[in-house]
Amino acid sequence: MEDLLAYGFLQRAFLAGLAIAVACAMLGLFLILRRDAMIGHGLSHIAFAGVAIGLFLNLLPLAAALAVSAVSAVGLMKLKDRAGLYGDTAIGILSSLGLAVGILLASMAQSFNVELMAYLFGDILAIEPVEVWLTAGLALAVLGVVSVNYAKLLFMTFDRESARVSGVRVGRLDMLLMVLTAVTVVMGMKIVGILLVAALIVIPAAAGLQVASRFKTAVLISTATATLSVALGLILSLEFNIPASASIVILCFLVFLVFSILKSRRRSALKREQ
Amino acid sequence: MGLVVLRKVSFSYGGPPVLVDIDLAIREGDFLALIGPNGSGKTTLIKIILRLLEPSSGSVEIMGRPVAEFKGWARIGYVPQKATHIDPFFPVSVEEVVAMALMSNRKAWGTSEHEEIRRVLRQVDMEAYRKWPISRLSGGQQQRVFIARALVNAPRILFLDEPTTGVDAETQSSFYDLLDLLNEKEGITIVLVTHDIGIVNKHVSQVACLNQRLVYHGSHEDFCRSAVFKDMITRGDHLISHDH
Repeated sequence: MEDLLAYGFLQRAFLAGLAIAVACAMLGLFLILRRDAMIGHGLSHIAFAGVAIGLFLNLLPLAAALAVSAVSAVGLMKLKDRAGLYGDTAIGILSSLGLAVGILLASMAQSFNVELMAYLFGDILAIEPVEVWLTAGLALAVLGVVSVNYAKLLFMTFDRESARVSGVRVGRLDMLLMVLTAVTVVMGMKIVGILLVAALIVIPAAAGLQVASRFKTAVLISTATATLSVALGLILSLEFNIPASASIVILCFLVFLVFSILKSRRRSALKREQ
Repeated sequence: MGLVVLRKVSFSYGGPPVLVDIDLAIREGDFLALIGPNGSGKTTLIKIILRLLEPSSGSVEIMGRPVAEFKGWARIGYVPQKATHIDPFFPVSVEEVVAMALMSNRKAWGTSEHEEIRRVLRQVDMEAYRKWPISRLSGGQQQRVFIARALVNAPRILFLDEPTTGVDAETQSSFYDLLDLLNEKEGITIVLVTHDIGIVNKHVSQVACLNQRLVYHGSHEDFCRSAVFKDMITRGDHLISHDH
């Protein structure tokens, strides 16, 4: 393992992967508890359109995806608020549109299909130094913004009405959360791919929620689940020559499964005691 | 001058009017019960005062300022009607519930914040439960925690919307004793939406009776002698006569 870590591309993969894992786990908790778990899924489809636009116009794909996803995240909020749509309908509309735009551009310029595939399925081992620093910087920014607004985000997620009365600007925080999610999704694309990035947002957080009885504990468990899955997923991918993105997501799911069984056993034990 | 002043406030959700021309002044130190039959606009009125709803017409002032310009929201405590219907799967401890309100108005977390949280939990007799998940508490205990959360920023006025719905009679009694204490000893103005006439008789100093319009506003002694009260009792009006 020490020998493997001597390689620059592996160091970069670990650094970028761990940074994105922490950001995903943190945001995932708020999103699940707000019943917005599918936002990550929707934004990843929209990011696909962003990557395709970037490749089509010869722009940096990550930058194009970042711009398209951030604008769409704001649009998603407005659509939810103003169009009076039910549940996840706004996500369904915008994510389908994103996918359609991506497919259309890919078919129009067949030359970039291979590169697009790397974004669809993730290619963490091919991550460039500039992308590592960009990912680490943005992950730090996400963590910083969440930490500064931690109490307000928690208050708004737990009891939106009371938070508003206390002076928490819930509309502004909604927007902030959506934009941070968009940024995180774009950063995660290169690591686990557009198709699986939503899993890194949802599964570690869902695992934490299975066993935690305090929010801070849920943050710790979710973060540990995400980071360990990324690290172990990378090692397994190298050892057995399997895709890193799939290994990471399957490991996240296994942790979730173990915690679900633990929760179920604990409940049964409590019932027996009563 | 009133702590909260409403002038000619009317409201509708798009259909028939819910509130019509409400003039009401809540003075510092009042323990006011807002009563009325189901659908009389009690919760709507509270939400208009708290800027959760915009009135169709009329104006609201809080602490001498128009509600749109009022900045001291941290000094307003609120315990909503749905507080007892919390998500049982939300992993949050008693201490975290109180901290979220305190830290929304603070920049740094330190020893004094810990002490403030313990102080308000002690005040509502819930300090021993501070590490407990909120979902494991009874309805009455949860309401005490929500009161602590409302108290942690030292409010001048506390709004409670039917806070004892689904709470047993014994717990209700100790809950209202706590409100008495907060009103008399701490000087906190309390506005309580309730269906329970027993509460009006035993605890409050002022009564405002709504039925689309403000049909009565005055002391509880006068209210109990008023034609409005007798009329409400005669008609039933979905009010609860409580055994205290």
